[in-house]
Amino acid sequence: MSVADALVDAADADGIDFDGLTVAAGDDGYQFRTPDTDAVLTAADLREHADSPYVTNWYYWEHDIGGHDTPRRAFLRWLEGGDDRPVPERYDALDSGHTRHWGELAVTVTHGDAAGSRRYDVRHADDVDADTDTLATYTDPRDARELVKHDDDDGYRPLSTAPSLPHGWAFTDLDGGALVDTIDYVYPATVANWHREREGSLDVDHWADVADRQTGIYGIVSDLDEDALEWAAEACCVDSQCLKRREWDRDEDDALDVPRGDGEFPCREPCSLFVAAARKFTTLEREDTREYTFELTPAEKEQIEDIIGAVADDRTDDIREADVYEGANRYRTRFLRAKRMDDHGLSGTPTYPEDHDDDGDDGDHH
Amino acid sequence: MQALVIVGHGSHLNPGSSEPAYTHADTIRESGAFDEVREAFWKEEPSFRNVLRTLESDEVYVVPLFISEGYFTEQVIPRELRLDDFDPDDWDSDGTDADHVTLEADDVEKTIHYCGPVGTHDSMSEVIVQRASSVTGREEFGDDFGLAVVGHGTERNENSAKAIYYHADQIREMGVFGEVQAVFMDEDPEVDDVTDFFDTADIVVVPLFVSDGFHTQEDIPEDMGLTDDYRTGYDIPTAVDGHDIWYSGAVGTEPLAADVVLERAADAGAPVGDAVDAVREQTRGANAAAGD
Ligand code: SF4
Repeated sequence: MSVADALVDAADADGIDFDGLTVAAGDDGYQFRTPDTDAVLTAADLREHADSPYVTNWYYWEHDIGGHDTPRRAFLRWLEGGDDRPVPERYDALDSGHTRHWGELAVTVTHGDAAGSRRYDVRHADDVDADTDTLATYTDPRDARELVKHDDDDGYRPLSTAPSLPHGWAFTDLDGGALVDTIDYVYPATVANWHREREGSLDVDHWADVADRQTGIYGIVSDLDEDALEWAAEACCVDSQCLKRREWDRDEDDALDVPRGDGEFPCREPCSLFVAAARKFTTLEREDTREYTFELTPAEKEQIEDIIGAVADDRTDDIREADVYEGANRYRTRFLRAKRMDDHGLSGTPTYPEDHDDDGDDGDHH
Repeated sequence: MQALVIVGHGSHLNPGSSEPAYTHADTIRESGAFDEVREAFWKEEPSFRNVLRTLESDEVYVVPLFISEGYFTEQVIPRELRLDDFDPDDWDSDGTDADHVTLEADDVEKTIHYCGPVGTHDSMSEVIVQRASSVTGREEFGDDFGLAVVGHGTERNENSAKAIYYHADQIREMGVFGEVQAVFMDEDPEVDDVTDFFDTADIVVVPLFVSDGFHTQEDIPEDMGLTDDYRTGYDIPTAVDGHDIWYSGAVGTEPLAADVVLERAADAGAPVGDAVDAVREQTRGANAAAGD
């Protein structure tokens, strides 16, 4: 249906009141109002206004997109500030492309060929200024599944919202539906939960309930104590590890101290990766501490701290081979191992001294 | 609008685990039988917890891409999808008969048709035979070919063995192979001794698993003596104890498995039109046609 036909039809039916445009059929003709126009028009004159930005904008949202109250529509509107910026301002922005970020993605909206239509481009935010010709381009949202499965170093990404999206690709010339499908493959369910949060209906499930619900090998996670839950959230959920904003806590009345993160989209309950990690933390936390005695130089103690820091912050690959000033440098670490470790481990101190009474038995602990 | 959700296990460690779900979902998407088709996973995303809210459809058919009835189909999936009124007794199954139940999910206003797993559907027998065709490149087998259907065994789930016996019995009745045996990874008759159970010169070995992972790619080939070290690979067929063993890898990767997913939904009342025929047409022999 052409925009002009749709306009007259809608005016004759219930009238239009959308994004600054109002059209109503009256006895004298059609009342046509925008912030810049106020006129009573014949049907033929009304058709002449079919190319008004207010009209093409209405047509796009009501005919192309539809889906009132769906997350899809809300997200597409949010991308171009549809709920708070006037149509001419939005159209100006679309002329050169209007970009918003979603996790590590940059989504750019431009005008499409048909009146009022929009096209969408999505890529890694770091590639936002890259010439599209230099990127691998895709148009089928399903390709996103494979594409985001591995990071730039070909490591498997089990957590979709880990800040490790690969670079060098773009989905181009998408319509609204395909754009949302692409986002849904890159960051599954983030749009749906973001929408619920905006509508005030996000159903957060806190740790206590999620842990209680677990069965099988995960049944033990409710034993994770308060401190360990904090450490687990600090390990897995902060912005450097996951771009979701953690909305769950221990329970409704007991918030965790760990920062929630600044992400656009919420995390409504501990994810499967968190639960699986929590299971391991729970078993580790069952061990009692012991006292070990060994000698280290101050530099060696700091070096161990450096190594822990480098692994925890995923910096090992950035430490240059010959940079022996870095504690976590490979040669430095190998030197430390050569000096301080033997078959019994650090400084020759067995992990389980009771298994080593005769010094010939390696024990069965691993 | 109506949607199909394929729910699979997924993995935090093995990136290939979700692939069959994706492939079958794509086949069904292309058939046009549903307005929306989604994959959801226990270990990947979207999670079972979050998948229903990503759909705009109000009728949703949920098909578990699992092999047997048990812990996942009876506890984990219904619980995580918030199908609070689910009761395994509604399936009225003795371990291989789960069909479908219609329920509400607590977090969305949708009607959920929760189906039995693909692994116990009658048509899975055909997929096993098709898998045997794909690995041997044969349309027909005859008396010289035996078929071993491999399962986990009962250690983790009593019904897992039932599904294996069920299909072995069905295929035996089809009369396509000289011999058909059920064998297991962790109980007798063990896959390690597979050649002891067959008189046929050729044995096609098809694991009733959804996706390839260490059981199908590492344990079973080594257990059967196809190779000492799975990393070095093995021939198809490999001669072992005077038999030729044709090892197919997980049956769930066979394109025709998409048909079983679709049939599960159709059995639950999804109006899929002629999509079942279209999908069967497209996926039957799809591997062989690709020269695989
Ligand atoms: S629990 Fe939520 S915030 Fe934490 S890692 Fe999982 S998805 Fe991210």
